[in-house]
Amino acid sequence: MNTSIYRRRRFTNAFNMTASMLTMAFGLFWLAWILYTLLAYGLSGISADVFTQITPPPGSAGGLANAIYGSLLMTLFGTLIGTPVGILAGIYLAEYGERGWLAPATRFINDILLSAPSIVIGLFIYEVYVISVGHFSGWAGSLALSLIVIPVVIRTTENMLRLVPNSLREAAAALGAPRWKVIMYVTLRSAKAGVITGMLLAVARISGETAPLLFTALNNQFMTLDMNQPMANLPVVIFQFAMSPYEDWHTLAWAGALLITFSVLSLNIIARWLGSQKTPSH
Amino acid sequence: MTAKKTKLEVKNLNFYYGSFHALKGVNLEIEAKKVTAFIGPSGCGKSTLLRTFNRMFELYPGMRSEGEILLDGNNILGRDVDVNQLRAKVGMVFQKPTPFPMSIYDNITFGVKLYEKLSKADMDDRVEWALRKAALWEEVKDKLRQSGNSLSGGQQQRLCIARAVAAKPEVLLLDEPTSALDPISTAHIEELIHELKQDYTIAIVTHNMQQAARVSDYTAYMYLGEMVEFGATDDIFTAPKKKATEDYITGKFG
Ligand SMILES: Nc1ncnc2c1ncn2[C@@H]1O[C@H](COP(=O)(O)OP(=O)(O)O)[C@@H](O)[C@H]1O
Ligand SMILES: [Mg+2]
Repeated sequence: MNTSIYRRRRFTNAFNMTASMLTMAFGLFWLAWILYTLLAYGLSGISADVFTQITPPPGSAGGLANAIYGSLLMTLFGTLIGTPVGILAGIYLAEYGERGWLAPATRFINDILLSAPSIVIGLFIYEVYVISVGHFSGWAGSLALSLIVIPVVIRTTENMLRLVPNSLREAAAALGAPRWKVIMYVTLRSAKAGVITGMLLAVARISGETAPLLFTALNNQFMTLDMNQPMANLPVVIFQFAMSPYEDWHTLAWAGALLITFSVLSLNIIARWLGSQKTPSH
Repeated sequence: MTAKKTKLEVKNLNFYYGSFHALKGVNLEIEAKKVTAFIGPSGCGKSTLLRTFNRMFELYPGMRSEGEILLDGNNILGRDVDVNQLRAKVGMVFQKPTPFPMSIYDNITFGVKLYEKLSKADMDDRVEWALRKAALWEEVKDKLRQSGNSLSGGQQQRLCIARAVAAKPEVLLLDEPTSALDPISTAHIEELIHELKQDYTIAIVTHNMQQAARVSDYTAYMYLGEMVEFGATDDIFTAPKKKATEDYITGKFG
């Protein structure tokens, strides 16, 4: 072997390796810094009060209970509304979409929806729902969130179903199973882990969204579980408290940010773990 | 012995993938409760032919057939035929094992439940019966609740055969069922074919000539979408009428 070529290759290899390590370190540095700041400021604010007391007026003690429950409720309903629609549409695209123009058109629009700024979605719900019923509400917030869930779920469901080999569909059809049974019991089942992963990623995505809630659920300084009332939620409360001049509001904002970050982080970890469970395919 | 009974009759069948003419005027009679083997170089249309017998091709756009295929005298290519009913009668096992993502037990009952209402006890019996037919019972009887994917390749393929048999079809289509298997599993499945022909009409595609000679009663040699020669396996392998068949069988070509 020609040693000079070999040395050159080794050099190129070492150089590229170092360069990519440095870029990675650069990226991780900011992430670590963000997490560190969150922990440093947020941990001191976390106490039982955060989960049991409602948001206080400036100067008095309180917690984030109304915002936490509001966020949980709206995330729950946003997911419950968005997921079935997303899964059904994903099934349509993957299983029935090979003929005609409707599927390509839907796919195109879905891609736009996927990258639409969430503030646009908030404004849209404000226009079509909030204005017509006349007040902000938990339902309006859930609807806005569901519009963010739908495209994510559509995309992952379609992709996961496409990974299922046709041989499996054929095997089920060969037994005389009608199409919907093939999909329900064989195809969808094979893609189950992937579809659930997509749903979790969608939940992670909406749990930190502020813009779509600002015009829809707004906020509420009291505790309410009534979805027809304006509803407190973590992102908007964080926004409001962080912008205020009050020290104790700042502390609560940090605590809220820490809560959201760690729920999103755990959702992502669960989703990754589920996604890495090998979907059986032969 | 009773007189020959024709189970499937193919009449002047043409098949097109879009504009590609894949089967050219095929004529053929498949005898009931016998094994008919299809041999020929790859790409000659063996799978295509087999997949017309259960109208598998209809899952995809752009594929078209002309001519007739009579199952017990009724044209299965007719417009008013219920494809799912047809497939319940004409079962199929594919080249690669295709266990469903569910337990061994559920794999077997999937097809049965589509067309029969059985009690739990009857269903258990059916599962055992099918697994015994496929010579798999002894190996899996203690793990029926385990996933079908946990089995070895050879076991998975026998599971797929059991699944097809469990639905009690009349015809069984096997498309290179052993090509992905080791010799021992292959031997298992060949024994199985012998066993199954007591009750079923079997059509098997194979690229392995010894296998065709071992398992079949009739052999069809195909080339470029045409049925070159069809006859009793003994005749085809010892005294083929056509030079092309002889060349293929003796390995001069193929
Ligand atoms: N889905 C398809 N679309 C277009 N052409 C196909 C398709 N499947 C098979 N063919 C063509 O039809 C011919 C016969 O294929 P096939 O029946 O699979 O052959 P065999 O099973 O004998 O190997 C081949 O030339 C193949 O390329
Ligand atoms: Mg083939």
